[in-house]
Amino acid sequence: MSSSADLPRKDRKIKPSALCELCHGRKAVMKRPKNLQKLCKECFFLVFETEIHNTITSAKLFQKGEKVAIGASGGKDSTVLASILKTLNERYEYGLELVLLSIDEGIKGYRDDSLATVKRNQQQYEMELEIVSYKELYDWLMDEIVSCAGIRSSCTYCGVLRRQALDRGAAKLGIHHVVTGHNADDMAETVLMNILRGDTARLENSCSILTQSSGSPIKRSKPFKYSYQKEIVLYAHYKKLDYFSTECTYAPEAFRGTARELLKGLGAIRPSCIMDIIYSGEHFVLAQKKKVTKSYKNGRDKKAATAEDEQEINPDGSVALKTTKRDGNTCEKCGYITSNKICKACVLLAGLEASRAKASVDGSEEGAAKLGKTLELLSF
Amino acid sequence: MIKVKVEFLGGLDVVSNGVREHKVTLEGEEGQVTMKDLIDHVAKTVICDARDIPVFIQDDTVRAGILVLINDTDWELEGMEDYVVESGDVFTFTSTLHGG
Repeated sequence: MSSSADLPRKDRKIKPSALCELCHGRKAVMKRPKNLQKLCKECFFLVFETEIHNTITSAKLFQKGEKVAIGASGGKDSTVLASILKTLNERYEYGLELVLLSIDEGIKGYRDDSLATVKRNQQQYEMELEIVSYKELYDWLMDEIVSCAGIRSSCTYCGVLRRQALDRGAAKLGIHHVVTGHNADDMAETVLMNILRGDTARLENSCSILTQSSGSPIKRSKPFKYSYQKEIVLYAHYKKLDYFSTECTYAPEAFRGTARELLKGLGAIRPSCIMDIIYSGEHFVLAQKKKVTKSYKNGRDKKAATAEDEQEINPDGSVALKTTKRDGNTCEKCGYITSNKICKACVLLAGLEASRAKASVDGSEEGAAKLGKTLELLSF
Repeated sequence: MIKVKVEFLGGLDVVSNGVREHKVTLEGEEGQVTMKDLIDHVAKTVICDARDIPVFIQDDTVRAGILVLINDTDWELEGMEDYVVESGDVFTFTSTLHGG
């Protein structure tokens, strides 16, 4: 009699409890954080892909014949997004023309390596690739911005500039739809941060799968809105996808980093909390802001009160001054869509120009960021 | 002595000098060594700088946000820290925290 322990591992009988809960035939290799279901590799691929297909169709994200740009960083999320969209486009005949759109922020030792990955993806997925750089759009490298503005505000600058760069890249290609690899964990993190900052204005729309600024021809969508980071990483791992995984030279701001840690900790105890936070975010409806009219306060001639006399009262009791904010406006300097006179990117860039003289970064092999970091470590 | 392979992926290799694959030898007989022992051993021997250990370990176990596979299977299906290590096992640690 030979016991199972004497046999090579692969010949041992699989316990029924270790089988896939869908096909009941193969060994389960992963446990879904969403519902704790145990699945084999094949069933996981199918379930993961089908869920994204369902997200796409129920939100009516795409139209037949549409040209769609995939915001591609070379990282796991956008690499898996490109792979999945290619698969689904062929399987369900979406009739999409998919293009990779990458942004070169100008971060030495980070973006140059990740762009090499995107170039390989272009070959692997047989898609057109367009790269737009901060240098050509704004005449600034991210490394130069950091050396001027400091490492702490790097994400603020980069975020504003990237958003606009993606729009401009898409416009250049004549594309009106950009998809990004934002996943469920990212969504939950954004909701959490908006709550922690009391940013109610952003909170209400932070979970929309499809967004479009009024007046802007370009819409953005997030097909991975309900996809867990863990499953995206597993999908990339099991499919042996080629992705780039190095942290940006400029680590995330401390507040976001701490919120992310908190969420990871919560997710370890209760994996469904990521979906639950998104669910909460989707159902937030803000109460109308209190309004008073001057004439009402004075207690006479209520009828004469017009909308112009109304004043919004902020939660802290302050009142907003009248500004000529309106949607569909364009920036006086660059023509980009904005609700103000000058767009946020131009405001940031104007501030930078003022301090450009201070920075001389030419000839530094390692990039200004590395230099800045080295300088910070020096002590006298 | 139990010989196993340990992989640091998804950017986690920054704490092991950029080396992604490690051959690890554990003291003890097969059947006596658990995943918990392996994690402690890896933290001591694979991570180059002791100051980087918190990147890998938090609250006495692998940090949340690091995906653990045992022979390409989610460790949550293999008993996590209680898994009994066998010769030839492959342990894959992938950081999910880095860049999207």
